[in-house]
Amino acid sequence: MEQVNRMVLFRRFFPQLDMFISKVLPKVLGVAAISLLLWSGCDRARETGRQGGAGATLHYFTWSDYVSPELIREFEQAQGAHVVVDTFSSNEELLAKLQGGASGYDVTVPSDFMVSIMAAQGMLAELDPAALPNLSGLEPHLQHPAFDPSHRYAVPYLWGTVGIGYDSAVVSPPPDSWDVLWEIRYRGRISMLNDQREVFGAVLRSLGRSMNTTDPALIEEAKRKLIAQKPLVKTYASEHYDQLLASGDVVLAQGWGGPVARAMRERPSIRYVVPKEGGTIWADCLVVLNSSPNKALAMRFVNFLIDARVAARTSERLLFASANREARAWIRQDILENPAVYPPAELIPRMEWMGDVGNAMRIYDRAWTELKMQ
Amino acid sequence: MKMNGAGVWLRGISGAVMAFLYLPILVLTVFSFNDSRLSAVWQGFSWHWYGVLWHDAALLAAAANSLLVGVLSTSLVVLLGLPAAMGLERLRGKGVRVVETIFLLPLILPEVMMGVALLLFFVMVRWPLSLATVVIGHAAFNLPVVVVLVRARLQKLDPRLEEAARDLGASAWETFYRITWPLIRPAVLGAALLAFTISLDDFIVTFFVAGPGSTTLPLRVYSMIKSGLSPEINALSSLLVLLSMGLVGLSLVLQRR
Amino acid sequence: MLAPGLLWTALFCLLPILVVLAVSFATRGTYGGVLWEFSLENYRDLLHPLYGRILGQSVLLAAMTTGLCLVMGFPLAYYIARLPPRRQALWLVLIMIPFWTNFLVRTYAWIFILRTEGLLNTLLLQLHLIQAPLDLLYSNEAVLLGLVYGYLPFMVLPLYAAIERIDPALIEAAWDLYADRWSLFRLVLVPLTKPGIIAGCVLVFIPSLGAFLTPDLLGGARSMMVGNLIQHEYLVARDWPLGSALSLVMMLIVTGSIVWYLRAQAPRDGERGAG
Repeated sequence: MEQVNRMVLFRRFFPQLDMFISKVLPKVLGVAAISLLLWSGCDRARETGRQGGAGATLHYFTWSDYVSPELIREFEQAQGAHVVVDTFSSNEELLAKLQGGASGYDVTVPSDFMVSIMAAQGMLAELDPAALPNLSGLEPHLQHPAFDPSHRYAVPYLWGTVGIGYDSAVVSPPPDSWDVLWEIRYRGRISMLNDQREVFGAVLRSLGRSMNTTDPALIEEAKRKLIAQKPLVKTYASEHYDQLLASGDVVLAQGWGGPVARAMRERPSIRYVVPKEGGTIWADCLVVLNSSPNKALAMRFVNFLIDARVAARTSERLLFASANREARAWIRQDILENPAVYPPAELIPRMEWMGDVGNAMRIYDRAWTELKMQ
Repeated sequence: MKMNGAGVWLRGISGAVMAFLYLPILVLTVFSFNDSRLSAVWQGFSWHWYGVLWHDAALLAAAANSLLVGVLSTSLVVLLGLPAAMGLERLRGKGVRVVETIFLLPLILPEVMMGVALLLFFVMVRWPLSLATVVIGHAAFNLPVVVVLVRARLQKLDPRLEEAARDLGASAWETFYRITWPLIRPAVLGAALLAFTISLDDFIVTFFVAGPGSTTLPLRVYSMIKSGLSPEINALSSLLVLLSMGLVGLSLVLQRR
Repeated sequence: MLAPGLLWTALFCLLPILVVLAVSFATRGTYGGVLWEFSLENYRDLLHPLYGRILGQSVLLAAMTTGLCLVMGFPLAYYIARLPPRRQALWLVLIMIPFWTNFLVRTYAWIFILRTEGLLNTLLLQLHLIQAPLDLLYSNEAVLLGLVYGYLPFMVLPLYAAIERIDPALIEAAWDLYADRWSLFRLVLVPLTKPGIIAGCVLVFIPSLGAFLTPDLLGGARSMMVGNLIQHEYLVARDWPLGSALSLVMMLIVTGSIVWYLRAQAPRDGERGAG
């Protein structure tokens, strides 16, 4: 629509441009034609490059800010390949983009439950264990994950929990339950994830239920509880709640451990807790797409990312735990001991993996929309 | 106008509204020179964030993508739109309105609808999303801009000029090149400039149809804003404001000459 | 000569809309995607009061945006139209600049100002006007502010064009007839600038109705407008059929207001032809 406005107004206020600019157009068109040629040329070069190893292009589709430019450069130099990074902001967006026919990506990073959906849709290429020597040292609980027990399609990469980040200078006593997010005295200083499954998951756990329920009555009950909470919620944010915590905008945030740990650096009074009712455990996994034109290079890239030292650098930067147990040797002690990054082992049995809810998705969806409309 | 009480009021209100339009942009620019990460308190002058901007490879790649998409889609709409406008101008009879409506269709679609429709279409015909689909999308919503603007100019032309040229033995191509083109050139360029700006600015359609390697500047800026505030965004914003001033300035200077 | 352009539009605009139409009658696949089983379920779902409310709220917010833009834009447009020509040009350029500036940038500026540790709160705290920072961002008011800010130039320019066309002598005469400003405004200015008012309102109303970025960024995702809902259905809920039905309904509303706009414009063109 914007173009209508602009056009209508432009027509009225900029009826004509001078002759001078008219000398520019032929040049612009010339440049365009040349770049069009070059572009298609490059495309073809890329196609041929894909046949061989060196000079090939690898498309890595990942979460915003999930890979450091340095690592990309190192891989490029080691392999003589070119890596193009594009980003998504949710598992659903990733799936929609791939279903939307965005073939051409080689490697991507879905979370656990999305791995099973994508595998069921035939989107994932089978991994070649011989090409992935670094796969050997996985954390015990990730060795046979339910979503892909034999690592046929997915290599666990980073993992963690969903809990509550809070400012211990304001929130006292230290919370141990999801119920703290319903306390009226923190009105306007609470942020929740902008993710329907996580938000419903937290409520369902606080009700003592599974976060993967497909029972409409339970979802309805959860929805009512969330509607009651909404006046207390400042924002539903999946991305910048670390800044909200660090700046004091919010004092309680439902969130992934990593960003909460990042907030601790800027505001030392920030703490992280996984409520006693339990919460989500998640693992983002590296997968090679079936439509990848260069699977061999893709596997080498996956193997590079899960190398203990490379993975340790990623963990130190993002403050998410590495799935590679051997990476622990290279990670600073204070990070290993931070419960926001490395959940204590005794906690893991209390956690729940998010599963696919099939057609109940529409019920969640309707409930979520209703919540947003209050 | 009488300079009475009303005049003073009017001036006050107008000044206030203008301040409302400019203060946010101004503030943004000033704080892009702020030497601090916690950006709302002034800590001294610094070019630091512009340096950060210059070394942000992802951002530069996105800017390059935006320029490429802008240039390609603009060239495409000019090449398609110019003949279409001339064809529409010559068309007679009942079909005109139908053809006209089809051409104007992209203009009356809400942006979200356009994005969604293109995404579904590409999925259904199994056309992989890529930089090419972004170019196609931009060319689709910009085509009517060129058609309408060029046609408005064509309507003001004296048809006898072309007839005279033809009578004097000029070929169709010669007539166009020597008579019509010089007359409509400013309109074509104006339309191209506008289409280019709209393409650079587009977020929603691009958001839906972008594929591997086609992150454009607005997509990148959106994800930067989403992942939290950084003075780097202030610096980038100031540059974009400067760019828009340049564009307005350019079109005005050219108009004056 | 028409063929390439026509083919282009037919292929990349008309056909996609038909695809949307077709999908809106299909069934949702469990993992997104589309099952080609005819169903009216998506439209029946739209009858759920929830969607009516979202639509209603979006229309309300868009209408309030339009109203505020009109109230702020009219005096400004009137003022500019009565300036000497050289200064008129300057003011118009000043209005054009935000209008050419990236929408994201303009929205970001307000986040920078309004957030808890933002400029406004910092300033107010330093001046000791408030004791604790105010909650300004992430509210419907912030969304309204962002929309007004974003679309105000679309209102001012057509209003200016309409007011500028009025003969100043007419206003002088009106001053003599009706002594007070309100009558002048109501009986002279409004009728004479009606086409400009309508144009401005349509140009502001339509994009605010479909707004996606402003509620997302300034509203803190606490509420949804139609644009967000459609995006949500496509990219989050993966319910393409429902999203398609929704976008078709929104398209109908927009097309309706454009038809109304064209109707309202038509008589003016007639007058011009006669005069």
